[in-house]
Amino acid sequence: MSLIRDAIDAVRRLVPEALPGALPSEAPPDPLIDARRVIGTPLSRVDGPLKVAGKARFAAEVPLDGLVYAALRYSAVARGRIAVLDTAAAEAAPGVLLVMTHRNAPRLSPPPLMMADPRGAAASSLPVMQDATIRWNGEPVALVVAATQEQAEHAASLIRIDYEAEAAALSFDAAKPHAAPPGDILGEPTTIKVGDAEAAVAGAAFRVDRIYRTPRHNHCAIEPHAVTVAWEGDSLTIHDATQMVHLTRSTMAAVFGIAEEQVRVLSPFVGGGFGNKAVWNHHVLAAAAARMVNRPVRLALSREGVFRATGGRTLTEQRVALGAKADGTLAGLIHSGVTGITSHNQCPEQFSFPARHLYAADSFLITQSAVELDMVANTFMRAPGESIGTFALESAIDELAETMGLDPVELRRRLEPERDPTSGLAFSSRHLVEAYRRGAERFGWDRRNPTPRARRDGDWLIGQGVATATYPYYRMPGGEARIRLRADGHAVVQMAAHEMGMGTATVQAQQAAERLGLPVERVTFEYGDSALPRGTLAGGSSQSASIAAAVAAAQAVLVEQLLRLAGNDSPLAGLKPAEVEARDGGLCYRDDPRRCESYASILRRAGQDELVAEAAAPPPAETQAYSMHSYGAQFCELRVNAVTGETRVTRWVGSFNTGRILNPKTAASQFRGGIIMGLGLALTEETLFDERTGRIMNPSLADYHVPVHLDVPEIDVIWNDIPDPHSPLGLHGIGEIGITGVGAAVANAVHNATGIRVRELPITLDKLL
Amino acid sequence: MRFIINGQSVERALDARTSLLDLLRDHLHLTGTKKGCNQGACGACTVLVEGERINACLALAVQYQERPITTIEGLGEEVALHPLQRAFIEHDGFQCGYCTPGQICSAVGMMAEAGRGVPSAVTADLDGDSVDLTHDELRERMSGNLCRCGAHNGIIEAIQAAMAPAPAQAAPVKEDAR
Ligand code: FES
Ligand code: FES
Repeated sequence: MSLIRDAIDAVRRLVPEALPGALPSEAPPDPLIDARRVIGTPLSRVDGPLKVAGKARFAAEVPLDGLVYAALRYSAVARGRIAVLDTAAAEAAPGVLLVMTHRNAPRLSPPPLMMADPRGAAASSLPVMQDATIRWNGEPVALVVAATQEQAEHAASLIRIDYEAEAAALSFDAAKPHAAPPGDILGEPTTIKVGDAEAAVAGAAFRVDRIYRTPRHNHCAIEPHAVTVAWEGDSLTIHDATQMVHLTRSTMAAVFGIAEEQVRVLSPFVGGGFGNKAVWNHHVLAAAAARMVNRPVRLALSREGVFRATGGRTLTEQRVALGAKADGTLAGLIHSGVTGITSHNQCPEQFSFPARHLYAADSFLITQSAVELDMVANTFMRAPGESIGTFALESAIDELAETMGLDPVELRRRLEPERDPTSGLAFSSRHLVEAYRRGAERFGWDRRNPTPRARRDGDWLIGQGVATATYPYYRMPGGEARIRLRADGHAVVQMAAHEMGMGTATVQAQQAAERLGLPVERVTFEYGDSALPRGTLAGGSSQSASIAAAVAAAQAVLVEQLLRLAGNDSPLAGLKPAEVEARDGGLCYRDDPRRCESYASILRRAGQDELVAEAAAPPPAETQAYSMHSYGAQFCELRVNAVTGETRVTRWVGSFNTGRILNPKTAASQFRGGIIMGLGLALTEETLFDERTGRIMNPSLADYHVPVHLDVPEIDVIWNDIPDPHSPLGLHGIGEIGITGVGAAVANAVHNATGIRVRELPITLDKLL
Repeated sequence: MRFIINGQSVERALDARTSLLDLLRDHLHLTGTKKGCNQGACGACTVLVEGERINACLALAVQYQERPITTIEGLGEEVALHPLQRAFIEHDGFQCGYCTPGQICSAVGMMAEAGRGVPSAVTADLDGDSVDLTHDELRERMSGNLCRCGAHNGIIEAIQAAMAPAPAQAAPVKEDAR
């Protein structure tokens, strides 16, 4: 990931000679690491009234004068050329303003690729509608603009397209023998080798050596992708549903050859993202069309369009081999495998990441390779890699526990490492054993019967399973925040961040209020607009830490300014920034709380209505000095019907260690949301890819089965709430950890219920009959 | 064509192909009703017609002339929310908020159905005058409304809280952790 590589480089530039462990470990913890005045309170979402009243405006809902509507046609072959293209009937259809194909589309640069180009938000680097070549089944090949949506869609259906199809790489199994390691895995080495793990496993007293398979998945945010775009001269405004407003701005500027300042991206509400809301073809096509018709254009993808023209999680085949000694420690740990990718993206699906940090072993072989397929670019989807990597690894650990006759929680306790087992770095904050202890107690794990198929209620076989959850701590470099402190004692904090359901407006106002010593009602957090100070992308569960670091930096600048402004007539006279703290709507001397002055008083005396401070976050040096991860223990109880093979999850406890929790109400929802998406991953979700044609066969919410209400039991989530001494505010992002470990916890519970090990997701009825 | 939406009469000349959903969103700018699939699979477009819940994406606008239609905008406004809307906020029955108007309208229609004794797939007594909305009944009856953010627990809690007879104050939040 170039972003991560950039961060590493930035740190190395700062401290060129630095050794890991030698740099920011000296940095003192955030002084607010234990502050609990506003942080930690279960505030309801501040944008709740807007959302429940239907007044939160999403990208496809922005009214613009003269707006016209676009519809797309998608290629019907996976590889080849457009041979015949007849647009006459479409052009003559009522209401049609434009039929755009590769013949008349403006010449545009290919979009800069996310994770490869520092400007890039594009999930694929392929040029968009620039020639007759087809690279995947579902690639947009024509766009119609008309006065109404109905007219545009009807006209798009009238376009006649014939293809000269070419042989395409569509079969994963056929391509597997040609799998090759990618250059790196998001900035990490592709292969980690410590000792001779193959020999260690082969010679071990207890062995497990298994292949696990996971299918393609789609994000299925309920809001389909949409843009409403308008040009004014050479300036472009995009109302978007995006997880990366600034990168979208730079990507679109590069495509159209204009300055970044000429592009504005607004995205105040995103109806779910989960990794999918980056720049895809529709952004480029809508903006090109709007320029051609000289009118604002809305392009809202159909649900089928979302499945075919934006990518999802790719498929994997993974091998986990474990060799254990009699005392329950590991002699060797092997996690290897293959993923399917394309030639035009950078998303390796890092399934091998969990094994790098989870368990102690004498030897390791961790490696992943990839095959290139002719398909829509696969992309990041909630806990890319970790979600399905933990399915394989944590299923294998359960198999090993069974082989050894050990309780799986006890086995994990014995495998607990003192330092990161592959990097050798100290853990910043682990507490996984504590999460297991608390989770097991809450769940009643000690009452579990370890014998498979031993509990039954009529036709229902009852089982319990457990698995470890893990996801890295990331903080993205380059974020900037602005604080506008007003004389009326209200602060507006601005940063071009994103709200896709995480509770950004609420939680970020809470942490800023804590930092500023203000009541939360007097802090507003503004985000979702590229005109604001530079935001970092909402991905990798990094956004809260990225914002917290930028706000802390801006607050430090604000304090300096306030002290200067306060001057000699203030009780604060003569104090240095390090000697004061923000409290009760002003600043106070740390050593004498009576020496205080309110912001309002400082600003009024200086005759100022407002004070503005802006700063960039320091580079994320902490991630170079420590092994920083979140952890958790997922406990599942379920029933499998002995007659039909149907699995119903009945009880869940997720116990997490994710640094400090900023808002228990919204955090519980994020954990639950991840776990519920994990239930889909475990039991029902699979994007069906026709290996003859490269076409996705179930591009609809009727045929791709996400969990519905009746699939979801009450989900109990708890957390250690131990601050990480090396992260801003002691926090870790929590958007992704919830989904990790869920697949394995379900599979392990299914085994406990039925005696059947399912090593290929999803665990559908047929696999249990 | 004349429509009665949230108690107001509106006239529009429409393409006969226009769905009720597109009428609301594109022609009347009542964008509280959401489009998640446009094929009847997600429930984001749920509105109430004469008190019954329907998927507006599967309805042609032309068929719904002169029939009282209630959308989320007609249920309550930001400053004067419906008790169910308030309960959704209190119980965190949403994250991104995109499925939310559909969940809320659906829940209103669902409660009325149960009150009339309409059975569901999990109803034991098919002859009852009304149905007791147990946890399973609620989950079954709300299963036509997808939520990808995973707010299911909060949604069901919110509906239960709104159904609970008085006191009208917010129900206590479940102690989640620690
Ligand atoms: S939009 Fe109508 S059911 Fe999905
Ligand atoms: S709240 Fe996002 S889909 Fe339900």
